[in-house]
Amino acid sequence: MAVSQLIGARVQRREDPRLITGHGRFIEDRLPVGLLHMAVVRSPHPHARILRIDKGAAAAAPGVLAVLTAEDFHKQLQGVMPVTPSFVPEKKFVPDRFPIAGDESCFQGEPVAVVVATDRYLAADAAELVRVEYEPLPAVVDPEEALREGTHLAHVDGPDNIGWDMTFEGGDIEAAFARAEVRVTERILQQRLAPTPMEPRGVLADYSPYDDRLTIWLSSQNPHFIRLFISGAMGLPESRVRVVSEDVGGGFGSKISPYPEDYLVPAASRILGRPVRWIETRTESVLTTYHGRGQVFTAEAAAMRDGTLLGLRLTQVLDLGAYHGTFGAFQACACLMAGGVYRWQAIQARTIGVLTNKVPTDPYRGAGRPEGTHLCERMVDRVAQEIGMDPADLRRKNFAREFPFVNNFGLTYDSGNYDGSLDRALELVEYSSWRRRQEEARKQGRLIGIGLSTWVEICGFGPSQPTAAATGGISLVEAAQIRFLPSGSVAAYVGTHAQGQGHDTTFSQIVADTLGMPLEMVELRHGDTAEGPSFGYGTYGSRSLAVGGMALHKAAVVVRDKARNLAAHLLEASPDDLVFEQGTFAVKGDPTAHKTIQEVALAAYGPNLPTGMEHGLEAVSYFDPPNFVWPFGAHICVVEVDRDTGAVALQRYVAVDDCGNVINPMIVEGQLHGGIAQGIAQALFEEIAYDQESGLMQTGTLLDYLVPTINEIPDLTLDRTVTPSPTNELGVKGIGEAGTIASSAAVINAICDALSPLGIHHVDMPASPGRIWKLIQEAQS
Amino acid sequence: MAQTVRLAVNGVARVEEVEPRLLLVHFLRERCGLTGTHVGCDTSQCGACTVLCDGAPVKSCTMLTVQAEGMAITTIEGLAPPGEMHPLQTAFWESHGLQCGFCTPGFIMAASALLAENPDPTDEELGRGLEGNLCRCTGYVNIRRAVHAAAKAIREGSAAPTAVGG
Repeated sequence: MAVSQLIGARVQRREDPRLITGHGRFIEDRLPVGLLHMAVVRSPHPHARILRIDKGAAAAAPGVLAVLTAEDFHKQLQGVMPVTPSFVPEKKFVPDRFPIAGDESCFQGEPVAVVVATDRYLAADAAELVRVEYEPLPAVVDPEEALREGTHLAHVDGPDNIGWDMTFEGGDIEAAFARAEVRVTERILQQRLAPTPMEPRGVLADYSPYDDRLTIWLSSQNPHFIRLFISGAMGLPESRVRVVSEDVGGGFGSKISPYPEDYLVPAASRILGRPVRWIETRTESVLTTYHGRGQVFTAEAAAMRDGTLLGLRLTQVLDLGAYHGTFGAFQACACLMAGGVYRWQAIQARTIGVLTNKVPTDPYRGAGRPEGTHLCERMVDRVAQEIGMDPADLRRKNFAREFPFVNNFGLTYDSGNYDGSLDRALELVEYSSWRRRQEEARKQGRLIGIGLSTWVEICGFGPSQPTAAATGGISLVEAAQIRFLPSGSVAAYVGTHAQGQGHDTTFSQIVADTLGMPLEMVELRHGDTAEGPSFGYGTYGSRSLAVGGMALHKAAVVVRDKARNLAAHLLEASPDDLVFEQGTFAVKGDPTAHKTIQEVALAAYGPNLPTGMEHGLEAVSYFDPPNFVWPFGAHICVVEVDRDTGAVALQRYVAVDDCGNVINPMIVEGQLHGGIAQGIAQALFEEIAYDQESGLMQTGTLLDYLVPTINEIPDLTLDRTVTPSPTNELGVKGIGEAGTIASSAAVINAICDALSPLGIHHVDMPASPGRIWKLIQEAQS
Repeated sequence: MAQTVRLAVNGVARVEEVEPRLLLVHFLRERCGLTGTHVGCDTSQCGACTVLCDGAPVKSCTMLTVQAEGMAITTIEGLAPPGEMHPLQTAFWESHGLQCGFCTPGFIMAASALLAENPDPTDEELGRGLEGNLCRCTGYVNIRRAVHAAAKAIREGSAAPTAVGG
């Protein structure tokens, strides 16, 4: 393969040989000598006062070194767990959160004590012996109930349950509604979801008392931020803490924020002077790994009878859980993206964050953007249905077509071609043919539905200015370092960190192409705070390529430019007279005068440098994007609903997406497959449910929480349009979340389309057979 | 209270003293150092811990080590000779049948048992064979493709193991 063609090629993944042979390096695979095992004692109540903890029996159990509670950890850890402003700069009630409950526990699963023992079985045994005396307190579970005046408080000392309440104004909403000929309203539920990476969380910490250094291995999307937070809490200089995250078995947002155990394990290691490890069980994962979604929307759309969209008014009630998630307010971006790909005269969006006695919510794949898209695409379909217009035609009538397009809240979509992706998707799915089949099926009483979702997302976080507020001071940019080693291989470091996205491969493709090197001479490193630039910003929000990939590209260009100057010196030519092709600098017009970049690299460590040039061939670059990036596309789902059972059969799923230029099509397709599957899962299967009376979780295992199996996900038909992003030199956008952002709306729109002859206009998620059957019964009675 | 257990792991005979409650998966991972068998749940839903016991796929988080007395256990590390790949491994690689790779060993082990019984499964049969394994990354689309590709390679006899990294 010619080295200059790596970008855009289906390069097989370099991370795979170790993963398919059982030689991955996941958190539980590390077994240092002298390892101790931590088990966590968790509150079984949604809300309780902790009256007394009797450690006696547990402390005396075999193999137990320590039983630790909040009192012990307060001597080790300062401050409270972080909450960032994200999209809601002004919060109302932000309860302080310490990693372990003291006098009051506020959700089922909150840590109350930990046991550290020589063996995981013994730690688990001893955890059963910790006697905690609770006084159960009234709990509030439903977010809308939590808003009611005089209801129970999620925290006994709280003023109320309101975490935030703010309204985004995007134009004159009254004027838009005043003109309307049609109005539709809907209440749309975004159920709580468990992200469920197949590798649960895990933390291993090794504190060395002799040099006051701490190393933490954990399964994380965000090792540098974790170092920042944990070093601060432990009172250690950031430079003395190393956080390492090797292979990460999926994250989907759930491994961005710090968790209680990320603090408790290092603190326990410092108390005991030994390596300590905690590995989450799946039951703990479903119960305590931050949930996603958990929102209730009420929305009203205004339009003209000819299909012109006018106004959208919505309220997002967001179930925060018992504490604000570190990046929980990011989900308010659903409000800012509620207008989707359409021109609206005005949008008004209110977001209310509500505290309840449940595990916190935080970003989960898409985080706010699936919710915004789902709402927008449902409302657009409702308008189409109301005025009897084909949903594809209504979309076309209102698409934004001039780019850059500034939406109602001042966000600038960098590039787009919404007609292009919709037209291609309609063609691929054979839309008119399906409409005919639908018509015929209806005559026989069969319920076939076709659902569209034309989506856009904001991703690629930075830029630095708008995101400085979002993180509480540290701007989201990305850092990379390129090092040419003397013998001519390249080590590339980046501050993002993959959890299955294949960055080892795609990022190496970028570096190899920019430097004209073969892929095997480029080594990509990430996930270790001891290596590379001083800070890294992690992988989430489909930012890795558009920001991290660009940082790598920039650093590689700096290195290449220096190599050019050195090559010119060695070849006694002017740098401008050199051409760089296939990794070789050659003097124009003189085929005998050339140096490979690897020869130049060696020379950079030798005696013959031009005056003023420092030794070495390496560079650190930061990329601060001038804008977000705005991928988009069109998904179309065809379903048949069984009138008798309410079961939904997915007949066809077509997705035409556009993420700008593509580095590796194979990986883009894989990201879409997985993302679409997660959106289908939300639409049809998954829901974290709590009993409204007791406040206890009802879906605590993978038997109750329905992650789809291979039998639930059909073949997916994908295609692509390519509209390069003008935001970065590579012309790339993000694709990690696209599938999830688009797909729940396509599936639910299809189901609603199928059910429309029965007068059913809306179905909440998950659209389980039971839920649909009930709607059909109600409609027919 | 330890009990003696005799078994073979990837062709190596072992005689070990184990606690009766030691799960097979922990024995394989921590006693044998075979960390390719993963624990993704503790309730036998996810299948990440699938190994072969006398050729039959078993979720090793749901089996005690002492129950494996006299058995030949094959883990992902033992599926192909060191430095080589089983056709399923090659197919997962070529078809992009994995992303994070955490569930992959379980899928490959379950698929190897399926193909041993049914060398040319339909989509439906493939689904039945792999419904005990969960993947959160791939949407299963490329897993299906990979297993079909491996089945074809094995049927057509082009199943000679390939070199890792090749």
